[in-house]
Amino acid sequence: MATSTVLIPPRHYLNDGYGISSWLLTRDHKRIALLYLAAVTLFFFVGGAMAVLIRIDLATPPGDLVTDETYNKLFTMHGVMMVFFFLIPAIPTVLGNFLVPIMIGAKDLAFPKLNLLSWYIYIVGGLFTLYALVSGGVDTGWTFYTPFSTVASTTNVIPTALGIFVTGFSSILTGLNFIVTIHRMRAPGMTWFRMPLFLWSTYATSLINVLGTPVIAITVLLVAAERIFHFGFFDPRVGGDPVLFQHLFWFYSHPAVYIMVLPAMGVVSELVAAGCRKPVFGYPFVAFASLGIAVLGFLVWGHHMFVAGESVYSALIFSILSFLVAIPSAVKVFNWTATMYKGAVSWETPMLYAYGFIGLFTIGGLTGLFLAAVAVDVHVTDTYFVIAHFHYIMVGGTIMGYLGGLHYWWPKISGRLYNEALAKISAGIIFIGFNLTFFPQFVLGYLGMPRRYHAYPPDFQVLNVLSSAGASILGVGYLIPMAYLMWSLRYGRLAGSNPWGAVGLEWTTTSPPPTENFAETPLVTWEAYDYHAPSETNVA
Amino acid sequence: MPEAVRHQSAVPRLAHHFDTLDQQTEATTLGMWVFLATEVLFFGGLFTVYTVYRWWYPAAFAAASHELDITLGTINTAVLITSSLTMALAVHAAQLGERRTLLLFLAATMLLGGVFLGIKSVEYYHKFVEHHVPGPSFQFEQEHLRHAQIFFSLYFMMTGLHALHMVIGFLIMLVMFGWAWTGTITKDYYSPIEISGLYWHFVDIVWIFLFPLLYLIGRHAH
Repeated sequence: MATSTVLIPPRHYLNDGYGISSWLLTRDHKRIALLYLAAVTLFFFVGGAMAVLIRIDLATPPGDLVTDETYNKLFTMHGVMMVFFFLIPAIPTVLGNFLVPIMIGAKDLAFPKLNLLSWYIYIVGGLFTLYALVSGGVDTGWTFYTPFSTVASTTNVIPTALGIFVTGFSSILTGLNFIVTIHRMRAPGMTWFRMPLFLWSTYATSLINVLGTPVIAITVLLVAAERIFHFGFFDPRVGGDPVLFQHLFWFYSHPAVYIMVLPAMGVVSELVAAGCRKPVFGYPFVAFASLGIAVLGFLVWGHHMFVAGESVYSALIFSILSFLVAIPSAVKVFNWTATMYKGAVSWETPMLYAYGFIGLFTIGGLTGLFLAAVAVDVHVTDTYFVIAHFHYIMVGGTIMGYLGGLHYWWPKISGRLYNEALAKISAGIIFIGFNLTFFPQFVLGYLGMPRRYHAYPPDFQVLNVLSSAGASILGVGYLIPMAYLMWSLRYGRLAGSNPWGAVGLEWTTTSPPPTENFAETPLVTWEAYDYHAPSETNVA
Repeated sequence: MPEAVRHQSAVPRLAHHFDTLDQQTEATTLGMWVFLATEVLFFGGLFTVYTVYRWWYPAAFAAASHELDITLGTINTAVLITSSLTMALAVHAAQLGERRTLLLFLAATMLLGGVFLGIKSVEYYHKFVEHHVPGPSFQFEQEHLRHAQIFFSLYFMMTGLHALHMVIGFLIMLVMFGWAWTGTITKDYYSPIEISGLYWHFVDIVWIFLFPLLYLIGRHAH
């Protein structure tokens, strides 16, 4: 652990100006990261509240809590909030914003004003969507399939679509900022292969953001034009093809899955190296696996349309390409495991989340292979099997990575330590609650319970009650970190610049860092994860 | 920003977080190229939709294409290509630090952009009068009534988004004109003109694809 005489630095980014305008008009990437932290947390709990209502409703077979119409709106808004306003932005905008410049030894991102603008765009998009929610909601599902979304639904499709459209620009601009920063702002000696793996995965994510997001932007714009002006793009009455919408939608929305999970993978690489006091095994393979996932991710969207009238040849090709994504994903899992082998494996909170991520992502990834196989997919399409699969990736993967990263870098962000015992307990609660919520859904789906249904036969009740019980445990697990992290801001012990004894430029500056990050631009002369043999370091 | 940091920027126009003006220029130029990559994918979605439906409904697309005003379209193409020339000359003038020439060519670029938008509005007005705007009041020869609506939906969406980009480009040029007027743009600091030019040329290139796809292809097949 850190030395005994830890002092808070006299001047750091948190005391460099007070008052509301010093935050709302800041160009400091670290303060913008905290603005995002507040915003994504808000949307996470809004989306989470919907999930709670859904699970309470599904505790009984007829669904006694809400009406059918309300239920449709609940799962739609849960999906929209979580996907577009939490999972996609969370790690890049909070941890990425804070860490990208520090990790490469720069003073800020390449475009600080654009960075602040991205936050405002995100907030405007979020407000549009919240407006859609409070003024009656939307019932199309987060996928907005046509022609239901264009000619049938009478709910607030347009404000929601506009919210997603606007927020997309925030993703694009953040991705653009990261790409340019990583290319042009690295400190002397910080070569590409000396960069922490978190930056490789952030870079890969940014590529998807920049190349994929515009396609969903034009797609929702076409839906809006069809709704508002009665243009015909996907409307079968004028010869349009609803499946074309699905192609365009998934051309972004499947890569979006990798936008969500790649940053979490980057976080886990950092956690595993620091938690085992070893360089990540096979660094270049892990780095290129990120790029490989980003590229392959653009070629697999067709597996969402195996039952939508796709030709058998298309289905075969998309199936094979989907299987290929397993290779770079497995490279990462094997390399993290190999890193742990004979490492000084830690049981501190960030590492607990890393263990959780690796296990749950593996289950989520392997069940993804079931879905890539055309014959199995036909059996479980639109069932709870799919729901369980992607929640293992998004909740078990992304949120575990996000929370692990938040705990790992919290001392750097805030300058203070949280209560380790409480943090360990809540990590355990989240892991148990998560599995209890989503594992029964694999079984439910395989037995044939369709997704998005408001009522179900009584045979399925036991599994549904298990899932709902798990969800309440999970909810508690998410609230506890809120409490002790807030508490630590004021009462936590001072962290010192390097509480974990980790390597990396972010641990060489003070906690919290000064506004310009480093007293002078660092000169990098060492490789990434330059840990000595375990016996030589002061293991806590 | 603390005073100490601000004073590091001895070079005018160098933001505090860059080390040299070259690094700053390279960053902004790369930023614009990345943004243009985004734009390519944005229009790419539309071009995909166009390709699919043109493949399915070639006769209706040829018939509908015939309704477009090829004279106005050709004039507009010439206007836009000329505006790209004046834009390139503006960048050249900025590099040489010739303020008056720069102002002249920026003004010419804006003028040509304005002419383009004016002609486009006339075309839109004609389509409106002829009931070629898709929707309940759409009118077309009975044989192609349904599929021609897809063509005109694409026509308005593609040229509309292109026109929106032209309007944004016009506003950017207005800002650039202001900066050139006040002397912000100098021989040592002309990258705003350069990257605005990149954007302007990109918008022109989009039109270079739109014009044949919407006005020319299949014209003689009808």
